Amino acid sequence: MKNRILTATAGVALSALLLAGCAGGGNGDSAGSGAAAAADCAPSDGPVTLEFTSWIPGIEKVVDMWNSANPDIQVKVQTGPNGNNGTYQNFFNQIAAGNAPDLGQIEYDALPNFLVQDCVENIAGCADVMAAKDQFVGWAWNQATLGQDNAVYGIPQDIGPMALFYRKDLFEKNGIAIPTTWDEYTEAAKKVRALGGYITNFSQSDINQFAGFVWQAGGQWFGNDSDGWTVSLTDPASKKVADYWQSLIDQDLVSTYPAWTDEWNNAYNSSKVWTWNSAVWGANSISSGAPDTAGGWAVADLPQWKAGDAVSGNWGGSSIAVLKGSTHAYEATKFALWLNTSQEALTALNEEANIYPATTEGLKLPSLAKGVDFYGGQKIYDVFAKAATEVTPDFTWGPTMTKTYADVSDGFKAAVSGSGTLADALQKGQDATIGALESQSIPVKK
Amino acid sequence: MSAVTTSRPRVGRSGAPRSDSPRSRAIREPLVSRTSAMLIMAVFTVYFLLPLWWLLVASSKSTGDILTTNPLWFADMRLFSNIGDLFAYRDGIFLRWLGNSLLYAGLGGAVATLLAAMAGYALAKYRFPGREIIFDVVLGGVLVPATALALPLFLIFSQVQLTNTFWAVFLPSLVSPFGVYLARIFAASSVPDELLEASRLDGAGEIRTFFTVSLRLMSPALVTMFLFQFVAIWNNFFLPLIMLRSEELFPVVFGLYGWNNQLNQIPELRGLVLIGALLSVIPLIVIFLLLQRFWRNGLGTGALK
Repeated sequence: MKNRILTATAGVALSALLLAGCAGGGNGDSAGSGAAAAADCAPSDGPVTLEFTSWIPGIEKVVDMWNSANPDIQVKVQTGPNGNNGTYQNFFNQIAAGNAPDLGQIEYDALPNFLVQDCVENIAGCADVMAAKDQFVGWAWNQATLGQDNAVYGIPQDIGPMALFYRKDLFEKNGIAIPTTWDEYTEAAKKVRALGGYITNFSQSDINQFAGFVWQAGGQWFGNDSDGWTVSLTDPASKKVADYWQSLIDQDLVSTYPAWTDEWNNAYNSSKVWTWNSAVWGANSISSGAPDTAGGWAVADLPQWKAGDAVSGNWGGSSIAVLKGSTHAYEATKFALWLNTSQEALTALNEEANIYPATTEGLKLPSLAKGVDFYGGQKIYDVFAKAATEVTPDFTWGPTMTKTYADVSDGFKAAVSGSGTLADALQKGQDATIGALESQSIPVKK
Repeated sequence: MSAVTTSRPRVGRSGAPRSDSPRSRAIREPLVSRTSAMLIMAVFTVYFLLPLWWLLVASSKSTGDILTTNPLWFADMRLFSNIGDLFAYRDGIFLRWLGNSLLYAGLGGAVATLLAAMAGYALAKYRFPGREIIFDVVLGGVLVPATALALPLFLIFSQVQLTNTFWAVFLPSLVSPFGVYLARIFAASSVPDELLEASRLDGAGEIRTFFTVSLRLMSPALVTMFLFQFVAIWNNFFLPLIMLRSEELFPVVFGLYGWNNQLNQIPELRGLVLIGALLSVIPLIVIFLLLQRFWRNGLGTGALK
């Protein structure tokens, strides 16, 4: 799942009505230091009914499979809008009011927020959780442990490894080689521009896409240990990525349409923009947004910083967490593990809602082995399965990502319209994020 | 008006045989102002109707055509098959949402109107200690946006285990401070004390007087109050967002918002969201057209007497 910067009025209203902190217990100690004691994971007596909130369309069909096989652990699906559009705030409110669901879907970049507010259970002590570790793609598991030993805050559900979507037909027709490095990408961009097109669109609002580039370049925006959080939006890798895109913007080699608008769709649909560095779920975004270009697309590895390397980034993905206050952590964990590791559930999730699994076995699902017509019959998921294993393992998100995204996005918008640079925007985001953390009394290491 | 004075010499210069008598000017002046008024209204009508037109056109297209064909004209006419798809999707959950909305807004609006009418009538016609304070508090309630109350309401409803139920959205909809205000003003001006006096003398109790005499006199205000409340409940987004988690309780506005959120995973939903939005405004249009007649009638008869 990708999450977007909230622009909806609902989002604005939500942040105004923030109910901070979770009433699940004394959150004074664990808030900030970012470590929670493991949940008590004893099985309950008798049959249990779990509540599970997710915004995945069609997930109830998958849950029905579980329910018919497990009469003693029944799961009731509840739904709501995408996390940042309301469901996260609902979780916080519900936990404070003591009626939260047992399980909730939480994207990786939102998990630290739930952790510092003490709103998720540490399920490391639950049966089978640690044993399941090896089934998952290594870095995805790290996203759920937040880099801590003996802690697991959610079961990874899906991931968004990144690759290069490109217009194979146009590249071939004009004799332009498919770029394998970012330098070649710039060269190709110049040729595409000479033909009147743009090689790609730089999104001012998808900061998590930019974070994916930084992730690939080996950057590290946040760090967390017992002394507190480190913030490094301006580390050398981030600067390198920012300068790279800044130079493309300065030379007018990329378009700057606001992403996810009709204008943006139309730019792709009318072949004005030729490539998109995006995550695996982007395959659907293109086919729905640019239907006229069917058959012309293909997928290649993300361009590299050093020729011969094989490193990818990640954009999006979520986990299933046991929310604070659940009295059925044992059963909830059992269900979450089934949902995200069993072949039947992953197949159903993939067919119902295009969920791209986070387990190594899941990457080989038969439904992912087929050629896709929109991409000229290419088996595009093979590229993503390879990319999934090439993502740098230890990128960490911070506890105030919504705010960080908004601040950096403001700066990016300014940079695109000519005032300041992307690097300036990161510096502003860095300062604002430290301010936001300190205002919530979250310890920051400088 | 300067437009009139400058227009006079221009007529003369054009050489048209035209007497400058006050009578002909009296006809011409309204013509100019009428044309400009019509022009301004036409511009605003287009401005307000264009999105609706776009919605109608987009609803009649297949998902692929929505983005690729002229947004303001029909492509392949698929309106009815789209409606069929919408009603069939997820076992007709959309119809359920539409029914929920009608129930929340229709029943909620009716009860809210009755309660507000009773309260406003009592405040207008009875003298009792604390009357003005109560009215002031109600007026204060008009100033507090419903959005600001959603979270406190959620916490209260959590205490009594009523979140994620029908009542969580229905009960808060029954309160309409603006309706109380309107009812009081209207009752004070349209229900004569002498009439109440007379019905009391005829032996009718207070409750009977209210329902048989006063309520009828107040009916134009009641229609207005009902319309306002109906639309407010129908469009209420924030309360369902906070209160509801079970899909089968969603009102249509919130349900469509959820679908719109899922476009990335299920692109086909784009068409369903559009046709759903079109169908969900129809009840509002219908209720306005139906009730507006009563509303105007009531105001008109009142004015003639």
